[in-house]
Amino acid sequence: MLEIKNLHASVGGKEILKGVDLTINDGEIHALMGTNGAGKSTLSNVIVGHPSYEVTEGSITFNGQDLLAMKPEERSHAGIFLSFQQPIEIPGVSMTNFLRTAVNERRKFLGLEPLKSTDFLKQMREKRKLVELDSKLVNRSVNEGFSGGEKKRNEIFQMAMLEPTFCILDETDSGLDVDALRIVAEGFNKLKTEKTSAIIITHYQRLLDYIRPDKVHVLLDGRIVRTGNADLAKEIEDKGFDWIKDESEKR
Amino acid sequence: MGEPVDKDTNKYVKEVASEKYKYGFTTDIHTEIIEKGLNEQTIRTISQKKGEPEWLLQFRLDAFRHWLTMEQPSWGHLKLPDIDYQGISYYADPTAKKKGNESKEIDPELIKTFDKLGIPLEERLALSGTAVDAVMDSVSVKTTQKDILAEKGIIFCSFGEAVKNHPELVRKYLGSVVPPKDNYFAALNSAVFSDGSFVYIPKNTRCPMELSTYFRINARMTGQFERTLIVCDEGAYVSYLEGCTAPMRDENQLHAAIVEIVVMDNAEVKYSTVQNWFPGDENGQGGVLNLVTKRGHLRGVNSKLSWTQVETGSAITWKYPSCVLSGDGSQAEFYSVALTNHYQQADTGTKMIHLGKNTRSTIISKGISAGKSQNSYRGLVRVSPNADGARNYSSCDSLLLGSECGAHTFPYMDVKNNSAVVEHEATTSKISEDQLFYCNQRGISTEEAVGLIVNGYAKDVINKLPMEFAVEAQKLLAVNLEGSVG
Repeated sequence: MLEIKNLHASVGGKEILKGVDLTINDGEIHALMGTNGAGKSTLSNVIVGHPSYEVTEGSITFNGQDLLAMKPEERSHAGIFLSFQQPIEIPGVSMTNFLRTAVNERRKFLGLEPLKSTDFLKQMREKRKLVELDSKLVNRSVNEGFSGGEKKRNEIFQMAMLEPTFCILDETDSGLDVDALRIVAEGFNKLKTEKTSAIIITHYQRLLDYIRPDKVHVLLDGRIVRTGNADLAKEIEDKGFDWIKDESEKR
Repeated sequence: MGEPVDKDTNKYVKEVASEKYKYGFTTDIHTEIIEKGLNEQTIRTISQKKGEPEWLLQFRLDAFRHWLTMEQPSWGHLKLPDIDYQGISYYADPTAKKKGNESKEIDPELIKTFDKLGIPLEERLALSGTAVDAVMDSVSVKTTQKDILAEKGIIFCSFGEAVKNHPELVRKYLGSVVPPKDNYFAALNSAVFSDGSFVYIPKNTRCPMELSTYFRINARMTGQFERTLIVCDEGAYVSYLEGCTAPMRDENQLHAAIVEIVVMDNAEVKYSTVQNWFPGDENGQGGVLNLVTKRGHLRGVNSKLSWTQVETGSAITWKYPSCVLSGDGSQAEFYSVALTNHYQQADTGTKMIHLGKNTRSTIISKGISAGKSQNSYRGLVRVSPNADGARNYSSCDSLLLGSECGAHTFPYMDVKNNSAVVEHEATTSKISEDQLFYCNQRGISTEEAVGLIVNGYAKDVINKLPMEFAVEAQKLLAVNLEGSVG
């Protein structure tokens, strides 16, 4: 369970999050919508511990642990995964080597022996198929020479390898064509277990047609101003955000 | 973007940084050290202690007299501290026995020291597949596997022994690749050199194991003047490795070496260095001044020489392992990874001098700079008018960690033959905070991530090293960068 209380955070001295409260129980999928600059990516970056973001007030606990006291890699080991809006390229480091290190670091944290090479490669093959990622890509350097869509698929592939319990999909749908969107979303659904919870950040309804959210939140100017069920996303698709903005200002 | 705030990381990094140079211990051993200072008498004393013939003493004295007329060069992209040549001792012998102890056994302290460095000297423990010459300060302590090699006619011994047992070979080749007057530090070395290794591989002989020399500086306020000479006769092959460490001391220590390699017709030499001299502390205090002249002469037709170096240590590294390609069809390679951190400075690269026809050279240089260090690649490719069909390919990459370090490239080309093809490529890149964070998010710590990225960057060179060395080199790169990002 992830519990965010009165979270304030700033970047470069500018306050972006101005008191966010959000509780996500095991197995729940929450969609997070909002205008550009509302703080959606800031929230996801704060959850995973990006060093450029400073938390000035509030708390985040994950399964009872004080998340803010943990290093980014410790949060990863605890089961938190971010599908990056803009995946990073790392020249010279092969996908295989990168993932082997990541998987084994996590196993070390769990007190397990490193995975045998043959088992690891077998796992790579299986998981790769889930997102229909070309085998050539895993021999390349991390994200180097990947198209926009391949990068997004590669994020879900990594998620498959690391088996997180809490996922953040930060605009994973942007830049994907209809087919790729379906593959990525179906991949995610296959990986999801009863315990997996997630925040899906998106501007569009279409991803939520595949991954049905239990709740939809609207983030505006650093605060969650409205929470509803899946219908809220449809309403936003039709009417935009202005009506929510107006309502929240009246209050 | 704000500054990263992570006090725990910094604390961890400091802890690791303070213990990272694990070879920094000193050996407490009776060492005979001659008086400090440098004059003709010093040279006579060294020569006498080594029981050298008259011609070699003259060789030294000539070099010394010439050295006196020279000035220390200053063209390197380096801030070289003043070296007080009268303030150091030029000969330190840790194998000298105290009076009353005439036993022939090697002092157990010396054995222990090399054990600690991972170099077992007892024959029964000796690393299989590798023969080792272990040099501490000015003297070779022991050379292993000599007998097995001797059966094939291969000579592998300390330089001092070679002078005694194979004077004709030494006299023939000494100074033939790096003349005593070549440069300031070469002249100094030629005057005062002590041990290094001597290798001779006879015709059509493939050396059955790796040969390696391990250099250790121990005594305080001494200079180490390594002299190594490798001769690979027609159709022969040898792979030679060199490793180096020194204790952590506040003052600078001087290592001024000469390595000469002669490669005959159809012969091949692979020379690999993993240089891990004490780099000085994180404030730039102490460290080894590594001022070295290394050169190979590809005399024979179709001869091959490859230099592979992984330079992670030393306060200052100033060297250009070079190749003179005289033999038609000869091929030379230079693969280098030079890593500098804290206040380290390196100005290193190579010279490829194409004299013969259809000669080929390849230069792959990877510089990695962190902390407040300065890292320069300097290389010369010269093609003489007669070198028809000469080819060179050079690729020089620089990787920067942080914004306070410097990377520089000084390629020189001097092509006097129209049929020559000379290519040069260069790139500069930086490890970004975003890359590190991406790794962190996947559960990889920053230290681990830097190691991963740097090893990925350097792998083309590391892969050229013999397997055991490659593993060692990979670890070294990671360890030497600890504390560079945080």
